[in-house]
Amino acid sequence: MDKNKIVEVENLHVSFSLSDNVTVDAVKGVSFHIDQGETLALVGESGSGKSVTAMTIMRLPEHDGARINEGAIHLRLRSGEIVDIVKLPISRMNDIRGADVSIVFQDPMASLNPVFTVGHQIAEAIIIHQGKSPKQAEEIAFNTLQLVRVPDAERRMKQYPHQLSGGMRQRVVIAMALSCRPVLLIADEPSTALDVTIQAQILNLIRALQKEIVMSVLFITHDMGVVAEIADRVCVMQKGRFVETGSVYDIFENPQHPYTRALISAVPKLGSMTDKDKPEKFPILEFEED
Amino acid sequence: MKPLIEVKNLVTRFDLKAGLFGRVYGRVHAVENVSFDIYPGETLALVGESGCGKSTIARSIMHLDKTSSGSIKFNGKETLGVSSRNLRTFQRNVQMVFQDPFSSLNPRMTVGKAIADPMIVNKIIPKDAIPQRVQELLERVDMEKDHMNRYPHAFSGGQRQRICIARVLGLDPKLIIADEAVASLDVTIQAKVINLLMDLQAELGISLLFISHDVAVVERIAHRVAVMYLGEIVEIGDRQSIFRNPRHSYTKKLFGSVPVPDPRLRKKDSMLIADEIPSAMRAPNFIPIQLPMQQVSDTHFVREETPV
Repeated sequence: MDKNKIVEVENLHVSFSLSDNVTVDAVKGVSFHIDQGETLALVGESGSGKSVTAMTIMRLPEHDGARINEGAIHLRLRSGEIVDIVKLPISRMNDIRGADVSIVFQDPMASLNPVFTVGHQIAEAIIIHQGKSPKQAEEIAFNTLQLVRVPDAERRMKQYPHQLSGGMRQRVVIAMALSCRPVLLIADEPSTALDVTIQAQILNLIRALQKEIVMSVLFITHDMGVVAEIADRVCVMQKGRFVETGSVYDIFENPQHPYTRALISAVPKLGSMTDKDKPEKFPILEFEED
Repeated sequence: MKPLIEVKNLVTRFDLKAGLFGRVYGRVHAVENVSFDIYPGETLALVGESGCGKSTIARSIMHLDKTSSGSIKFNGKETLGVSSRNLRTFQRNVQMVFQDPFSSLNPRMTVGKAIADPMIVNKIIPKDAIPQRVQELLERVDMEKDHMNRYPHAFSGGQRQRICIARVLGLDPKLIIADEAVASLDVTIQAKVINLLMDLQAELGISLLFISHDVAVVERIAHRVAVMYLGEIVEIGDRQSIFRNPRHSYTKKLFGSVPVPDPRLRKKDSMLIADEIPSAMRAPNFIPIQLPMQQVSDTHFVREETPV
């Protein structure tokens, strides 16, 4: 694997079997790589397979009955070792999940346990992965909360998830994800459920953190606006396949695939209507439904 | 032209009660002294973030939430405090489309029945003309007429939202309240549903109260825009004035936070602040102070701000 690459996915096929004779191919031969410190955005609409692709890097879909039929996922661990995730035994995955690769989901409450304090939950991962004492772990947890710019971190450590706002909860989940300094952060629609002003804060935060602790980000979103704000490179996904891959500038300025064009034209652009007297319909570009 | 609906000094507060005797320990000031008009054939957009009271306004107009004070006039007639018998016309004329089409359609009712039901209840047309009308309505929202025999689970989110729109159209409403009606849809589907709403408005002269958190969508669809913050309208005006010349600091902040789908316009100066949307919960004896609105132009008003 090339020295700059953190992860390289080759010809990945993932399917779910619904019953004896029915299988759904969720991912049909996807290949991509992410360089060190780079943000790759996986963009597509619901059901395109973007989440399954990303979660396969953590071997999570298998818990929902998925099968990796083909392909390889090479990952450069923090130790420098290169592993093929697909071939690893599941027991080995537990060392990698949350340590070398972390994930932040759309709904922070799905990742937070309502009966434990925020501080306890961040410390837990540190104790498990880094073998620190509870006291040391708590200190690292506190520092990580400060890293994600949670104001009044000392008080927040002792609070329960329900006492926090949606934006603060997402910051806590990001702190949990970053507590072991992963080489790759998978962000699965992390800002989708948040209000715009809070979304802007979270995107800025991820961007800043990426520079502070060098890490690669795989950012999954359906929102082309968010893609334009955060991505270095973009993979556009439709029905389990990549229809277009390119730098964020190429994708927005010179989209090649009809689906990419349709996706971009459907996104309302703030300020595009200032010289129009009347409301105007969206231009609808047709694309093949496969 | 006379306004279709006039909302004046609307206040909706929710008591927070605790204990055996229901002691009121706080109050949510969801809607605080809100006034606006909607004219026939016009789209007024209410924008704001979660908890700002935009949905409560919709629910207050629909009489789904009990208002504390104020007035809501429809075609010049007061609707608050009127017996439900005398509200029938009003309730037929004002219809709502909700965000989640999965929870607003009965899973055990065929689509045809779901669309026909409100027409039967309101005795809109003779019973034997209903199947014909249902087919017309389905076709009007770009669906097939044989879809009427299927159940909601057979349809995607966008199609279900079209069914909800068809159901509402059966009553020939004058005003449709769309409460985040496109928020849960994929962008390409969202664009088509919004275009459908705009077509229907042009064709039938329906007024729209379009409630959304998505500022960029609002800029496409609205004739006039009201920006809400903490239960108050902080800025209201015609679309061009609001977007070209936002005056209130909150409007500016809101617009500035919207992701721009152009990587060359990426904001360089990333502020790493972590402020939160304040809560509208207050002590029971709280008396709100409201600053007056200032006129910017004939069609543009902005609320005064306390100097920081």
